[in-house]
Amino acid sequence: MQDNDPPLMRVVNLTHMYGDRIGCRDVSFDLYPGEVLAVVGESGSGKTTLLNCVSGRQQCSAGTISYRMRDRRLQDLNAMSEAERRFLMRTDWGFVHQNPADGLRMNVSAGANVGERLMAVGQRHYGRIRETADDWLGRVEIGHDRIDDRPGTFSGGMRQRLQIARNLVTGPRLVFMDEPTGGLDVSVQARLLDLLRGLVDDLGLSAIVVTHDLAVARLLSQRMMVMKDGQVIETGLTDRVLDDPQAPYTQLLVSSILQV
Amino acid sequence: MYVAVKGGEAAIDNAHRLLADRRRGNRDVADLGLDQIMEQLSLAVDRVMSEGALYDRELAALAIKQARGDLIEAIFLARAYRTTLPRFGYTQPVDTGRMQVERRISACFKDLPGGQLLGPTFDYTHRLLDPALAGGAAPETPEVREPDAAPMMRVSDFLGQEGLLEPAPDPADKPVPDDIARNPMSYPMDRDARLQALARGDEGFLLSMGYSTQRGYARSHPFAGEIRIGEVELEIAVPELDFAAPLGRIQVTECQMVNQFQGSAKAPPQFTCGYGLVFGQAERKSMAMALVDRALRATELGEDLTAPAQDEEFVIAHSDNVQATGFVEHLKLPHYVDFQSELNLVRQMRAEVEARGETHQEAAE
Amino acid sequence: MNSLDAGREQVIATYNFAYLDEQTKRMIRRAILKSIAVPGYQVPFASREMPMPYGWGTGGVQVTAAIIGPDDRLKVIDQGADDTTNAISIRKFFERTTGVETTTLTADASIIQTRHRIPETPLTAGQILVFQVPIPEPLRFLEPRETETRTMHALEEYGVMHVKLYEDIARHGHIATTYAYPVKVEGRYVTDPSPTPKFDNPKMHRNPALQLFGAGREMRIYAIPPWTEVVSLDFEDHPFEVQAFERPCALCGADDVFLDEVITDDRGGRMFVCSDTDHCNTRQAEGHAGEQEA
Repeated sequence: MQDNDPPLMRVVNLTHMYGDRIGCRDVSFDLYPGEVLAVVGESGSGKTTLLNCVSGRQQCSAGTISYRMRDRRLQDLNAMSEAERRFLMRTDWGFVHQNPADGLRMNVSAGANVGERLMAVGQRHYGRIRETADDWLGRVEIGHDRIDDRPGTFSGGMRQRLQIARNLVTGPRLVFMDEPTGGLDVSVQARLLDLLRGLVDDLGLSAIVVTHDLAVARLLSQRMMVMKDGQVIETGLTDRVLDDPQAPYTQLLVSSILQV
Repeated sequence: MYVAVKGGEAAIDNAHRLLADRRRGNRDVADLGLDQIMEQLSLAVDRVMSEGALYDRELAALAIKQARGDLIEAIFLARAYRTTLPRFGYTQPVDTGRMQVERRISACFKDLPGGQLLGPTFDYTHRLLDPALAGGAAPETPEVREPDAAPMMRVSDFLGQEGLLEPAPDPADKPVPDDIARNPMSYPMDRDARLQALARGDEGFLLSMGYSTQRGYARSHPFAGEIRIGEVELEIAVPELDFAAPLGRIQVTECQMVNQFQGSAKAPPQFTCGYGLVFGQAERKSMAMALVDRALRATELGEDLTAPAQDEEFVIAHSDNVQATGFVEHLKLPHYVDFQSELNLVRQMRAEVEARGETHQEAAE
Repeated sequence: MNSLDAGREQVIATYNFAYLDEQTKRMIRRAILKSIAVPGYQVPFASREMPMPYGWGTGGVQVTAAIIGPDDRLKVIDQGADDTTNAISIRKFFERTTGVETTTLTADASIIQTRHRIPETPLTAGQILVFQVPIPEPLRFLEPRETETRTMHALEEYGVMHVKLYEDIARHGHIATTYAYPVKVEGRYVTDPSPTPKFDNPKMHRNPALQLFGAGREMRIYAIPPWTEVVSLDFEDHPFEVQAFERPCALCGADDVFLDEVITDDRGGRMFVCSDTDHCNTRQAEGHAGEQEA
């Protein structure tokens, strides 16, 4: 698949500075359709800055980010108008926050949370919106009887699954995830990862997942980038990087977790 | 039989007559003169001038009398009058360094050129009610120093010389300041517009917001760098003249808070300044204003926004007491139509709930 | 007063026609023209303090003051009635400051300033309806931040409006917004119709009169020019509906109007009468009668 299809996203020499301090520097990569890329590193390594820049949530200081639109044209993100960028963000992209409260409307029902994107792109049939929302709640294993409940009454794992449904309802092609399993119990994490892996496979999604957890990278991604001090120090197929790390820092990172 | 209510007009006229009567009170008590208000309730006059944004002691005194001592109502009267006045022009920036100082204190330095001048302050009075004052006892003649014509350097100037305090904004960066009375406010605001809004903001509101920063909601480590009260000269540039023409003198209170600052990507570590300037003698208001000004500079200085006092839209949009009192009090106006709509809806929803209840019951039976 | 000199008394006593100075009127007229050019868009203007409190119609009063001329005939209503106290107060203000003729007859007025209602008598081309608006921003209670709502309007991000309606239906089975019901103007801007009951929303659609909205405290003016499309937000399967009353007006028998509920005794007795007093009086004069009269 990767041999034939052109990349979905192309990032070239992306740099972001906070004043004199480096956020991330000279990052380049291609992301192919259906590919999951994990960005790993410790906190402060620049992985979240990178994610915010490539997802259009933050303006980068230098470099280019291009995205292949549905009409197959490659478009420079910085050259897009704010309106085009926002439209992309609520239709063709998803963003899963570490803290579900940042990605959900906590004061409206689960159904409205899932339905919002549909309404934002012009759907005006209540019955069909509700039906779609109901269907998505089922796919993320939330009971149908919870559709009118507010996320505040949900457990952490359910909120995270609701946030995922809210993002996937418009059939995006690319999803950004920031520590999607952070803050969850280990057993809940495992279930969520299972679910995510299933959805990514079923929908043929591309994703960029930022995580400090190598197990998440192992389970979800085909390829990974290791970051340190704002720079990419190693990149490659996930299994290769984890089983045969080249850079000394990656070796340290891999050896620091228990071998399973 | 029902007839729609009429006679609102007569009712309004009657209410106004009654108000005038109550305002005057017992006719055996002498009528209050504006000169008495100006002379003996001068801090109330100052507050009406500053929040009414109109420097005129006599009109402020009239407003206080007409408002029966309700200062927010008096401020409203002053503003409503001010809005009809033509705008002739803008004065030159006032130089508070050349102020004819009556009071000047600094909490940062024990002594400094020009000295500490307590002036007419409540600060060290013991708050004991004074029966002699009730009896109208004449006060002693105060000790007054010879007026000193030499300018009294400001604490910010001393600190600025060493580069320890951020420099004051350069007027050349914005030769024509904003004018919130003439231009619609829009967020985010520049500091000049924000300071104008704060200068006429409600004293109580600013006091509470400033206080909240001291209690940890956006703590800014303030020191009262300097507070000075006195008269400054107003001058206006006239195109035909090659010097600025003097217009007269006004009394103002200026407060410069000096705040610790760690430095950021854009600025080295240095002290920063929160600024307050108010008409008349209004120390509390100028200090509160300086605290809030500093808190509202959070974005400019790259600080985290964590507290209400740092939220420009929240603070500025709710600081004007004429706006606030109007909107709160408008709830007195009739809302029959909207209430009728809500009444119908609540009845409908109650009927629906009842109907559902009956269905449940039937199902159970 | 005694200590104010005579010259100053004169200054206080003389006001310009319609109170505002001509420069201010020009500024407001520019905002009005812009608002007509961009239907439904909230134009910021440098609202002035008026001699009545903010929240009591200062926006509407400024709009009326900016457009009124000596030949105009003014009608002022509040809650549909000409004789509610605030309507009287505003009418007197313009009588005093302009000397123009006033009327209670909708058909005779060239300018109608209103709070919370649109007259039942259809308006005609050439008339101007001026609304007093407390909160002009329809997104305000979903997003309190001005900087954010401005962006939402600019980018037409209105999904959140339907989220509110969705929640109503999910909870109550129907839309539970009864007044200040949001509309979309000319297919572009989502706009607040001011707190009129939704009963009046259809009257805004393709109305031959010019509809101007003034929000003094919030410093915004917006407009619905004559014959403009005004659509109340809804769902295809839960279409917008206006309130219906079970009974006709007890005084004039009208059954297609908005009614006020009047409590007639302390034993739960009540009756329903027209909220639009001029409409009711006119009908009664024409010989229509409700159950009370019959």
